[in-house]
Amino acid sequence: MESVLSRYKNLIVLAVVLVAQVLGLAIQVKRTSETESNRLIRIWAVSAVTPFEKAISSIQNGTWNIWHNYAYLRGVRAENRDLRQQIEQLRLEQARLSEDAAQARRLQALLGFKEQYIQKTVAAQVIGTSGSELSRSVFIDKGRHDGIEPNMAVITADGIVGKVLTVFPTTSQVLLINDQSSGAGGILEKSRLQGIVKGTSSGQIVLEYVMSDEQVQPGDRVLTSGGDGIFPKGLPVGTVTRVSPGHELFLDIRVQPATNLAKLEEVLVVTQVVDREPASADAGNARAVDVLAERLPSVPEKPAEEAGKASSSAAVPSESAKPVPDGNAATQAPAKPAVKPNALKPEGEAAPRIAQTDHAAQLQSTSTGIAAGGASPKIIIEPALKAAAPKAGAGGQNPGSVPAAKSTAVATPQTQAAPKPDSSSAAAPPRSAPAASKPTVAAPANSASAAKPRPVPPPQPAPASQEGPNQ
Amino acid sequence: MPITYTSGEQVEVYRFSIPVTVGVPFAAVWLQSFLSLHFPFFKVFDLPLLVTIFFAMARRNPISGLITGGAIGLFQDALTHLPLGVYGIAKTMVGYFASSLGAKLDVENAGARFLVTIVFYVVHEIIYFTIARGLVNLSLSWSWPHELLSGVANAVVGLFLYFALDRLKQRT
Repeated sequence: MESVLSRYKNLIVLAVVLVAQVLGLAIQVKRTSETESNRLIRIWAVSAVTPFEKAISSIQNGTWNIWHNYAYLRGVRAENRDLRQQIEQLRLEQARLSEDAAQARRLQALLGFKEQYIQKTVAAQVIGTSGSELSRSVFIDKGRHDGIEPNMAVITADGIVGKVLTVFPTTSQVLLINDQSSGAGGILEKSRLQGIVKGTSSGQIVLEYVMSDEQVQPGDRVLTSGGDGIFPKGLPVGTVTRVSPGHELFLDIRVQPATNLAKLEEVLVVTQVVDREPASADAGNARAVDVLAERLPSVPEKPAEEAGKASSSAAVPSESAKPVPDGNAATQAPAKPAVKPNALKPEGEAAPRIAQTDHAAQLQSTSTGIAAGGASPKIIIEPALKAAAPKAGAGGQNPGSVPAAKSTAVATPQTQAAPKPDSSSAAAPPRSAPAASKPTVAAPANSASAAKPRPVPPPQPAPASQEGPNQ
Repeated sequence: MPITYTSGEQVEVYRFSIPVTVGVPFAAVWLQSFLSLHFPFFKVFDLPLLVTIFFAMARRNPISGLITGGAIGLFQDALTHLPLGVYGIAKTMVGYFASSLGAKLDVENAGARFLVTIVFYVVHEIIYFTIARGLVNLSLSWSWPHELLSGVANAVVGLFLYFALDRLKQRT
């Protein structure tokens, strides 16, 4: 017996080690949750590897930044000029799209739809991979200490990347969308057909469970449907590259990912998503008031003395009477209606209009977040009654009893609503609208209504131009 | 490229210092993880496998080879999201076979190393494929041309790697 053991010692050891590993593997496959010992092994391995990757990445980035931001600036001026032109074009397009978006939000609000808004994200650097062709996952340099949790969506500006799989104290493992064990709800942008986006063993992405009698064309965009509970709805997944008959009744749809998953550097982890109903007043309020102002009867002119007083306040550009800076639109406070409609109405109609406008302002104040980021370069209108409110309060009146404005002044962007990116004036007390002042109505810069004839008061004295936006 | 058949007494057995024993496999796994991020084609290579083959053939001890292979494989498994043991089993077997072969053949010359690396790469892939499909239920597709070409690529890298690691050997 002893001789047999010594003779086959190597084979016996091999068999024992293999059996132990196979048993461990079988247990892991059967269990849905990871055991503590396995988790410990992973933590040790990741903790041993990722600090070096982090260090190398930070050195690499530092060197790269120094080179690109300080040393290598060739072509920056030309690029800057091109980007400015691109911004101008995008502004025009955004102005057009914001109207459509506002209409869509109104319809969604009417139908009681709830939208998912990406409320908070954490930027992370990709520092390593699994190193295996069969495990398409990457490590990022943010972990539990940074608020990362499993099953959070990971995206880039181009589209979705994957989801957080395992969280370690300072790093996390992200399962890429092209891994064969990952999946996401997908929807075709044009046809609105829904399916499941899955990875394959070769690292491609397919859209499954679309019936073979449906019309899907190469080039169609695939978005997230939001049905998986991980990815918010509407994020780009990729573009259909090939459609062919698949198994059984379904099409075999190959999708080119929107994000270059082989060259990931920085990603965003979606740490907070909120569900809320879209506000019908989003982005459409100024226009609504504008339209309302057009329909109002013109107000008789004031005597010269009162008009002179009023003009000094009416011509002061307020913080809201300027274009919303596009780039920061998502992070800024929502636009508020500048002129309450009742300020434009005859005195007798003031009270009900106040209630209506307050409601509109309340609706609009909910429009923060990325989904509300479609701020167009429109001119937001100064809330005349808000400005008048302190006065009313001082007089012991409730807002409903604030006297209505008696005349209307049209402030075009060129004269009164000069762009002023900083919001310092937001903290300053409103300077317009004493009770008898003329409310400032600023027309959208690109709106047709700006060109329409309106009751414009006679030319006002100089103080208007003295208090320019930059003062 | 002569592959000389020798007895166990004729072949030279090497050993390695503890820093090399620990540091080289660690560096191989780390490089595999890090370089694959910046050079996606690097996933074709399997540096931990090459290190396993090198240590196993240099030590010429099957038990030492299988333990080295198993440890490197489990370390590699820990960086994936797959169950622990897929790489572990494959590299355990490769370590065992490589050390058994090293005890019988002179695999010090470049030609022998080249061929042995191709063979063990394919063996490793077959074992890995079998485990991944049979035990973990992954859907994989086998492609001989891909595996053979990958084997050749690994063998080429292996030649340079073995040459570098030869300097770390210590005679017993």
